[in-house]
Amino acid sequence: MNLESLRHTALSWLQLSPIVLILGFFLVLPIIAIVTVSFWGSTEYSYFPAFIVENYQYLFSSHVTYSVYLKTFMFTFMTWSLTLAIGFTVAYFLAFHVRGLYTQIGLFLLCTVPFWTSNIIRMISWIPFLGRNGIANSSLLELGLIDQPLEWLLFSDFAVVLAFVHLFTLFMIVPIFNTMMRIDHSLMEAARDAGASGFQILTNVVIPLSKPGIMIGSIFVVTLVMGDFITVRFMSGGQSASVGRLISNEIGLLQYPAASASAVVLLATVLIMISIMLRFVDIRKEL
Amino acid sequence: MKGSFKADKQTNAGGLLSQGLSAHDRQRRRLLKGATGIVAASTVFGVPTIWAQNIKDVTLRQFGTGVSNLNDVGTKVKEDLGFSLEMTALDSDSVAQRAATQPKSFDIADIEYWICKKVWPAGNLQPMDTSKIDNYDKIAGIFKSGKLTEESVIAQGTAPHTVGFVDGPDGKDFVAEESGWMTLIPTIYNADTLGIRPDLIDEEVSSWAQLLDPKYKGKASILDIASIGIMDAAMVCEAMGEIAYGDKGNMTRDEIDKTLAIMTEAKNNGQFRAFWKSFDESVNLMASGEVVIQSMWSPAISAVRAKGIPCVYQPLKEGYRSWGGGIGLSKNLSGLELDAAYEYINWYLSGWVGGYLMRQGYYSAVPETSKEFMSADEWGYWFEGKPAEGEIVNPQGVVMEQAGALRDGGSFEQRMGSVACWNSVMDENQHMLRKWNEFIAA
Repeated sequence: MNLESLRHTALSWLQLSPIVLILGFFLVLPIIAIVTVSFWGSTEYSYFPAFIVENYQYLFSSHVTYSVYLKTFMFTFMTWSLTLAIGFTVAYFLAFHVRGLYTQIGLFLLCTVPFWTSNIIRMISWIPFLGRNGIANSSLLELGLIDQPLEWLLFSDFAVVLAFVHLFTLFMIVPIFNTMMRIDHSLMEAARDAGASGFQILTNVVIPLSKPGIMIGSIFVVTLVMGDFITVRFMSGGQSASVGRLISNEIGLLQYPAASASAVVLLATVLIMISIMLRFVDIRKEL
Repeated sequence: MKGSFKADKQTNAGGLLSQGLSAHDRQRRRLLKGATGIVAASTVFGVPTIWAQNIKDVTLRQFGTGVSNLNDVGTKVKEDLGFSLEMTALDSDSVAQRAATQPKSFDIADIEYWICKKVWPAGNLQPMDTSKIDNYDKIAGIFKSGKLTEESVIAQGTAPHTVGFVDGPDGKDFVAEESGWMTLIPTIYNADTLGIRPDLIDEEVSSWAQLLDPKYKGKASILDIASIGIMDAAMVCEAMGEIAYGDKGNMTRDEIDKTLAIMTEAKNNGQFRAFWKSFDESVNLMASGEVVIQSMWSPAISAVRAKGIPCVYQPLKEGYRSWGGGIGLSKNLSGLELDAAYEYINWYLSGWVGGYLMRQGYYSAVPETSKEFMSADEWGYWFEGKPAEGEIVNPQGVVMEQAGALRDGGSFEQRMGSVACWNSVMDENQHMLRKWNEFIAA
């Protein structure tokens, strides 16, 4: 290796070092710590360094784990499909139906307005709306559509998914809109000239070309929902569990090794899900 | 000297510009001379002034639950003692975590006795010398011997006196007798029971068992803090006659399983509307009418009433589930900070805070001193269970009750005398948590 290329390599490493340091310190180290603690032992009041697999054994042998994962997957799938449907439609409308760049940007910014307040506030404001004596129920009662308040509107899985969709749809809109804006309109015109119907243009041109955006949005939504504990708690009124909630309960009672083991399993699950998703689209190539 | 020299220089500079002293400048000059005089005097008196100056720079950091970490207390400390007290209010779980894992982040831990059992072994707190506590003799008996009166029976669970003392200044183990070294200085306690909406319930509520009455299907709630929720669940199961516990505060695996099986069945039958974790959640559930019967905390009841919605802290025949809190000192405290902390503790027990807490519906650890900070009518209403003679106001001055009102559950002796169990940490804590998670996931 000559001196020139050596210098080049060194320079590359130097340029890379800030991100390596930051990720190493704030991402890799904490994960190593969590993995380590997940093998520690614990008593009722304390925990101590050890190398035991009891935490994992319990986790994999408990039916609670499986039912909670099932529930979490259900929340994830429902939220993902709804945010995708809504996000894709909104992005499509913005990208192809709205004329004029300024109108497009203006409407796009309008989508972000609700996000000027915090997640928690947007979520909690559903509670009085959906409640037994809330606006939704009283309006329906006055319209004569129902005889008595709908109990399942609030503190139910319905409420949880509703809040998730409300909170996370923007994470779908942004990347999908972004990829759609890059689609050359002449491609669609060419397809139309070649005799394709609107539906065929959608499935053969728009969707394939928006795939990277769809995938990025999906990764956002899936990871956010898989790790969430606060939305599930508030909107189900504490009646439903998700993996995140179990971890937060364990942390609450200072059961750090057990919580770490749950966290490691959750992390692995999410990583597997993302790697499967990435198999469908090569984001690097598409971008 | 230095001051007047500076003043002359300033006048000279001024003189160059304006040719001569204005009346304003002359006045300022006199003031500056006066200031040098004060500085000289304080150095003559020496030490005490320096100490008083130093203690002003002391800032103690206290954290605890929102129940007693009140900014009003911080303000009053500054006023009465001169130093600063920073307050951080957290939820019960975070309090335990912080006390156990972040010893450097606080000077004073305002924690509950049952948490003390989890936190003390971590070694982040130092025992307190009771000989430095002025009002030690006046502290309520519950915290020293476990008995309110000579003949009272000690309730089940982690009774405060069982974790209140250690064997010495570096003590790690709890001792049952008054050893002179306290883990926490008791400050606040109360007897908890079910809260109900009397306007939405048309029968007499007199037993914990009624929480699971099918009549209230979809309108009941309990709290989702495992260690407290399990105690409420135990009160319910025992009242239903389903389980006879050896010690509700320290259940066997079998008892835990049975308790949560009953609760899970009720949950699956749709008995509960929601589970709450924070004070505000419980207030909103009750005020919005989502729930008509639930386990609740005393000030939450007041908060519902303050909205003009009727709410009763219903005394039940099986008795109360009680809790007590106190303040502990961080192991890192020493020297001047430690002195300030002891001064704070002595001040805490001297009555002002006690009166404040009593007006919120809690009890003070030293009732005698609080009495001096309350009117006779307030004392009669809150402590003696007598009908109010005039309006009863809360610490912020908002009218809570009209003349003639009676406190739910009666006098101090009636309420604290009917404690069935204390909040606790069980030996089977880990098993309980797993079962609780199953219950939530069911």
